[in-house]
Amino acid sequence: MNNVTTSVVSRQAPGQHHGPLVAVKDLEVSFRTLGGSVSAVRGMSFDIWPGETVAIVGESGSGKSTTATALINLLPSNGRIGAGSITIDGREMVGLSQDQMASVRGKLVGYVPQDPMSNLNPVWSVGFQVEEAVRANGLAHTRKEIKARAVEVLKEAGLADADRRMKQFPHQFSGGMRQRVLIGIGLAADPKLLIADEPTSALDVTVQKTILDHLDTLTRENHTAVLFITHDLGLAAERASKLIVMHRGKIVEAGPSVELLQDPQHPYTKSLIAAAPSLASRRIRGASASDDGGTTLDMARLAAHHHGTAEELHVSDAPVSIEVKNLTKVFSIRKGGFRTESLTAVDNVSFTVRKGSTLALVGESGSGKTTAARMILGLEPPTSGDIVVGGTNLNGISRKGMFNLRSRMQPVFQDPYASLDPQRSIGAIIAEPLKVHAVGDRPTRVARVKELLDQVSLPQAIAQRYPNELSGGQRQRVAVARALALKPEVVVLDEAVSALDVLVQAQVLQLLADLQEDLGLTYLFITHDLAVVRVVADEVAVMENGKIVETGTTDEIFANAQKPYTQRLLDAIPGSGIEWAP
Amino acid sequence: MSERHAEHYVAPVDDNEKIEVDSVRLGDRRSNLWIDAWRDLRRRPLFYVALVIVCVVALAAAWPTLFTQVAPNRGCELALSNGGPTAGHPLGFTRQGCDVYSRVVWGARTSLSVGMLVVLITAFIGIPMGALAGFFGGKVDSILSRIGDIFFSIPYFLAAIVVMSVLSENRNVLTIAFAIAGFAWASLARIVRAEVLRIKNLEYVAASTAVGRSRFATLVGHVLPNSLTPVIVTLTISLGSAIVAEAALSFLGIGLGSSVMSWGNDISQAQVTIKTAPMALFWPSLFLTITVLAFIMLGELVRDGLDPKARARR
Amino acid sequence: MLRYILRRLLQAVPVFLGTTFLIYFMVFAMPGNPIVALFGDKTPNPAQVAVLEAQYNLDKPFFVQYVLYLKNVLTGDLGTTFSGRNVNEVFGATFPVTLKLVLMAVVLEFVLSVVIGLISGLREGKYFDNASVVVALVLNSLPVFVALFLAQYFIGIKWGLAPVTVGRDTSWGAMFVPALVIALTIYVTGMRLMRGSVIEARSEDYVRTAYAKGLTSRRIVPVHIARNSLIPVVTNSAASFGALIAGTTITEGIYNIPGVGNTLFQAIIRGENATVVSFVTILTLLYVIVNILVDLLYAVLDPRIRYV
Repeated sequence: MNNVTTSVVSRQAPGQHHGPLVAVKDLEVSFRTLGGSVSAVRGMSFDIWPGETVAIVGESGSGKSTTATALINLLPSNGRIGAGSITIDGREMVGLSQDQMASVRGKLVGYVPQDPMSNLNPVWSVGFQVEEAVRANGLAHTRKEIKARAVEVLKEAGLADADRRMKQFPHQFSGGMRQRVLIGIGLAADPKLLIADEPTSALDVTVQKTILDHLDTLTRENHTAVLFITHDLGLAAERASKLIVMHRGKIVEAGPSVELLQDPQHPYTKSLIAAAPSLASRRIRGASASDDGGTTLDMARLAAHHHGTAEELHVSDAPVSIEVKNLTKVFSIRKGGFRTESLTAVDNVSFTVRKGSTLALVGESGSGKTTAARMILGLEPPTSGDIVVGGTNLNGISRKGMFNLRSRMQPVFQDPYASLDPQRSIGAIIAEPLKVHAVGDRPTRVARVKELLDQVSLPQAIAQRYPNELSGGQRQRVAVARALALKPEVVVLDEAVSALDVLVQAQVLQLLADLQEDLGLTYLFITHDLAVVRVVADEVAVMENGKIVETGTTDEIFANAQKPYTQRLLDAIPGSGIEWAP
Repeated sequence: MSERHAEHYVAPVDDNEKIEVDSVRLGDRRSNLWIDAWRDLRRRPLFYVALVIVCVVALAAAWPTLFTQVAPNRGCELALSNGGPTAGHPLGFTRQGCDVYSRVVWGARTSLSVGMLVVLITAFIGIPMGALAGFFGGKVDSILSRIGDIFFSIPYFLAAIVVMSVLSENRNVLTIAFAIAGFAWASLARIVRAEVLRIKNLEYVAASTAVGRSRFATLVGHVLPNSLTPVIVTLTISLGSAIVAEAALSFLGIGLGSSVMSWGNDISQAQVTIKTAPMALFWPSLFLTITVLAFIMLGELVRDGLDPKARARR
Repeated sequence: MLRYILRRLLQAVPVFLGTTFLIYFMVFAMPGNPIVALFGDKTPNPAQVAVLEAQYNLDKPFFVQYVLYLKNVLTGDLGTTFSGRNVNEVFGATFPVTLKLVLMAVVLEFVLSVVIGLISGLREGKYFDNASVVVALVLNSLPVFVALFLAQYFIGIKWGLAPVTVGRDTSWGAMFVPALVIALTIYVTGMRLMRGSVIEARSEDYVRTAYAKGLTSRRIVPVHIARNSLIPVVTNSAASFGALIAGTTITEGIYNIPGVGNTLFQAIIRGENATVVSFVTILTLLYVIVNILVDLLYAVLDPRIRYV
């Protein structure tokens, strides 16, 4: 193993340095935890050349973010670089003191973090926080110069009215605007390397695209190298020339983006590519790429199969399961003082879902899709309009009628960490609907729980355990089991797979598809992710600002979107810019 | 930009490392919030210290004769006033010549009964008020929260002073507990309300409603059990503060009658002779402090145990 | 901001009505003759009874009584003490002393909270942190009168460092010991708030981003960690200011400080309940007012509330 002290040799002045901008060799990072030391990064080695964009791709826990933060030693206090060397611009980083490190951060290496909501200090104005970065990196000295430079930085980052907004606080900015501020801060000192750690994963896709395009332009103009950290293969391949795929702290495969996507060698990379809906959407027109006889989950194949069966079933002739007519929801929002303002969250929305089919209700945050779902589920009273589920109108329904209807319509929610009561065992959670509806006696309920666990491919022994012992994907499968307990006709899936890693997401999507086929379920699939829609839906309804702007079959929408908004959403699917060789 | 051909690296495939997606690996032990908290508490020595003190005080309150054979009020001889320790009287004598040790032991009963009654009354009023306000929101919340605000706006010790002053004829353990808890519940209600507000927006609550449970059943079945963490901590600590409040009221002479054994009474009576006989003041103060400390410590340890973040940091 | 102030003031109206009503109710709706209750252990003489009956309008129905009492409170007429002095006059003479004591205690409490909490939070889990948490818990468990006796005995009697009681000399120096005792018994709340928010702030994303900007700890600790953590500590100190103004009864009684609390203390032990009620009313109203100011202070400190 490399001795850290001996490798601190190259002390060339910056600028005279030739060779890679960043050279990482045999990097080991570990975390101290209750159960002892856990290694997060094991023997990482890679180079980044000046001006190059490299992406590290991996699922959560793969060590991709740890690698990024280790480069400028921003590890949490229990993290430690165990061995290896990191050279940036000819200077060894491992072993530098915090003060020495401070002179590298910002100046040589800029950093754009993930969550725009939590990365700006809420008690200081935006201007203050940009000026601070300008001052720390010695870009300007007098108060006036600093301010002028800060305004310039923000303008470059795409905030046109920067001078006016300098005194405002972060909470007065939208998420996209905050991310622009953070990009401005990251690029303030014109660094040679920019680390972008999932910089847009908290934003809507269209905003994400605009911001990443802008970031591309800025870094290309200044010849800034970018290390891009992301969970999304499609996004990575679109933005970076070189990909590094990480799994459990190790590099699994690395190489030029297109080559890696077209000709993946390692089974993990193959399964990751097969499971990524954003890439599947591209691939669907071609044949399925997977050649392992169907042992890995393949989204393209799932979609192809799905659309095949949908045609066979002649979905358009099936009876209507959900019918929504002129549905409207108006919230009154309290504004400071005594004024209230009304907000139309759902505006005269109508659609139908046929039995055994899937309708995807797609929209960005604030489009009203979740409010619509909550009204259909009877969790929120509509302001006006009709909802008919399985022939029963929710309008003026009796308490008893609603109770009966609930057994025929069940939800699966988004957040796997909030959708199961942490104090109940898995068995009790799945049995709750049976108990509430007084189905069977105790032994039959226990038997039914076991049957349901089998259906969602979870071991029966899990029934005695508690939610916090399970992973996100497993919890989501428990939520599916609970939803199926009463054998409903309709399942409302509210962003049910959005919080999951791709492989797990693929697994749950496959499970949902199998269940639909076996049990003839009708799905209302609420999502912001058009890529997933391509894989699961028969029909699509696109929502914007509470209104449905376009409806059609999935093929129609993807092949021939009529409305510019739909087209924008389609263009913003990560990876849509990649040319896919069949 | 200089075009370099990056090499295509592929890690060796380890056959043993089959790519399993999300396979279930269960530990040997079940785990949820309470099981984990209990596991954590059992590892902390301070927990045992606090527990032993609480148990001893509880024993003394239930069966004082286990600890002393000397009657606290009988056999007091003025000749022994403020006398030092003698055989059978290890802590000496009070100003009235009563046995300090015996009075301290018997005082535990008063303190603990007041403390427990206050906790019961506080919980009985505070939890429903906070839970209903937080869960049902709207008008219910406006009304209940305004009522709570009013009670919250009178410092509970001042309120207790007024009640106990006026109740000169009926000063007993029950009235003193009501005087303290009658206003102390408001802060518990605030805590419960905040916690219920947080829990009620979680998806498992919506899931319960979607299954067909009534709103009330959901409140009782899912929301309340999950809001209990801060309630337990607050109540444990407030048991300590209630004991202090009782002692303080007795100290002011508007607590329990002077014939009742109470640490507050003894402290009040001994303060006059602080210069000449400090020990008669010291002993009841010490026992009072240790008991309060034990309850506060217990509350804090439970708080730590129930907080996964605090557990992870240790 | 102005709208926020107005709304907060409007919210205080029902609280004001409610608190005065509750106090009135506690005294006059209790079983038994309120006049007897107001006299406590004393035997009333007819003249005094007449004065009280007139002041509280006992011949009228309960709600009329309350409305008339409210009118008295609003016009600042809180009656007279047993010795015949006007309550307002007594309050005016004693309040500055209490204010002085409480100010000193709150400043000491704030300094202790911030300094110890900051060091503890920055060195979480280290020796200093563990020790300071335990010390604070023990001090917090000391009932204030026990703490005062300890101070009187050791500082006053045994070592003779300061007078045993304050008496007439109400200079800052003379009241330092009781103020420090108060601060020591209550600083734990503020210190834990500070410690907790420092620990939380240290792992906040924006602190990591500040490091990524190239700032050093010398700037990040005061500007991004301490500044954010101060918000709850300042409001806590302000709240304890309110609580202390209403809660120095025992301290002033034991240390014989001629403030509002001592007047209340004397009235309580002498059983002069009418005076007790008048003073409790004043103190409660003060407490309500201070709480409003605390909320406004919070809004000033936290821009997220200021700009709704």
